[in-house]
Amino acid sequence: MAKKVLMCGNEALAEAAIIAGCRFYAGYPITPQNEIPAYMSKRMLEAGGVFLQSESELAAINMVFGSSLTGARAMTSSSSPGISLKQEGISYLAACELPAVIVNIMRGGPGLGNIAPSQSDYFQAVKGGGHGDYHQIVIAPASVQEMADLTMLSFDLADKYRMPVMILGDGILGQMMEPVEFSLQPSAFSLQPKDWILDGCKGRKPRVIKSLILNETELENFNLKLQKRYREIKDKEQRCEVLYGEDSEIMLVAYGTTSRVARSVVEKLRKIGKKIGIIRPITLWPFPERTFKKLEKSVKSFLVVEMSCGQMIEDVKLAIDCAKPVHFYGRTGGKIPDEDEIIKELDAISGFSDRRSDRG
Amino acid sequence: MDKIFEKPESIRDKETHYCPGCGHGIVHRVICEVVDDLGIREKLIGIAPVGCAVIAYDYWDFDVTEAAHGRVPAVATGIKRSLPDRIVFGYQGDGDLGAIGTAEIIHAANRGENITIIFVNNTVYGMTGGQMAPTTLIKQKTATTPSGREQKTHGFPLKVCELLSVLPGVAYAERVSVHNPQNVLKAKKAIKKAFENQIKGLGFSIVEVLSPCPTYLGLSSKDAVKWVGEELVKEYPLGVFR
Repeated sequence: MAKKVLMCGNEALAEAAIIAGCRFYAGYPITPQNEIPAYMSKRMLEAGGVFLQSESELAAINMVFGSSLTGARAMTSSSSPGISLKQEGISYLAACELPAVIVNIMRGGPGLGNIAPSQSDYFQAVKGGGHGDYHQIVIAPASVQEMADLTMLSFDLADKYRMPVMILGDGILGQMMEPVEFSLQPSAFSLQPKDWILDGCKGRKPRVIKSLILNETELENFNLKLQKRYREIKDKEQRCEVLYGEDSEIMLVAYGTTSRVARSVVEKLRKIGKKIGIIRPITLWPFPERTFKKLEKSVKSFLVVEMSCGQMIEDVKLAIDCAKPVHFYGRTGGKIPDEDEIIKELDAISGFSDRRSDRG
Repeated sequence: MDKIFEKPESIRDKETHYCPGCGHGIVHRVICEVVDDLGIREKLIGIAPVGCAVIAYDYWDFDVTEAAHGRVPAVATGIKRSLPDRIVFGYQGDGDLGAIGTAEIIHAANRGENITIIFVNNTVYGMTGGQMAPTTLIKQKTATTPSGREQKTHGFPLKVCELLSVLPGVAYAERVSVHNPQNVLKAKKAIKKAFENQIKGLGFSIVEVLSPCPTYLGLSSKDAVKWVGEELVKEYPLGVFR
């Protein structure tokens, strides 16, 4: 077993990227993700890769574009305002079918907002963000260990489906320290040769990697090809964690940092015999719809908890076709929902915790 | 009889989409001649810009990608840093390089990226319908300066070679023109040097090529080359800047 080390989430993610074979990193400073470029600036060079502090987020994502088309595993990271700037490049990566990993350690918005943790870039991450009909796979870690493990998964998924993958963390996951072990090995898939790269046309016909398709029929057909791949991903790559799925009447739904608070609530209420559980989406796109469909019949209502004004809740409602009531509790601006607030919300929904009288 | 003139191996046998009298076809061909001369076709990766030259890959017979508008130098950086033993060049127009991509070109140059940039300056946005470019001359009429460019409203023509010449990362910056055969030969010499510099690992090289756009200058092909040779060179003097 690998040795456990104490690391912050951002550094664990960066180390995992190196283990996954990432050999190109470009990024621009922004809080709260600065530990990633700082770690990479040393570690990437030790690993024989390329570290670049770019002149902008636009340049960083396009450097990643350039590196990816040579077949390298490439990554960039940023936080909310910087991720907005990368959207053009992400659309081009999707259109050119180029794998890349993009890390968003979310902070409060809109605008410059603040540097406190947030989950308010959910829509941007899962609904598109940039222009055109495309998707990126969106992965939501909830611990420092997952910041490492899911980073490795992200590189595999990016290569497997030839598309951008976003790791959606937040300021807490990036900054907090937890024990982590790096026991994973790069998957066999990562060792597959890439037969589409540009590296000079020696011994083969020249290749072109581009996104301009002027002919309407060809562009429609290309979009249909992408959609087919997206359906395959929806079919094969839904991931989530469910606690107490068998008998829960109320299901909390939360991802990332918020899921940790929600989980504590569930454990606390279970101790006093309450039939409550939690669904924690690990892939936000594809959204784990199947799990919701399965639990929809037995669950009486859902409470979605987010550090936003209500974004993932839309996907929960869609997943169950609004068949059951879906409630929402969110904090924003860098505020984090606490256990008591969530329990109070549960009370308001159904007198669930029996603690209403305690508060007079 | 000896064959003294033929199609370069690196150019496809294809009619271009460029307007009659446009300079892009000449620049494409000159690049391909240089690629053949240096024997680098099989280790070359070109980057097409957004603009009239976006489908340059239809004419170039080597590996080519296409960058988002203005991002050619960033994409080139990513490629070259990942494959340092390949030859990487970017092809950019005046809007791509001098307006939307100004940050990328300055910083790639300032890092001394070992890449080659061919910068075609024809003073207008051709693909979108002849709007004012950063390099449009004062008083020049375009789709967005119907009364002519005024410095008070739109600022001055941007001098890219002069601007980049002060950066220590730049190994070579020269401005050439393709308005007549004599100058095309000079352009070829400059483009060759810009590629040789990369092969030698000397750092960032840029060749700015003054080129006619008869369609949006509102001139005949003949008058357009005359205008480049007589008027454009006054604002953009030819020569080596670094």
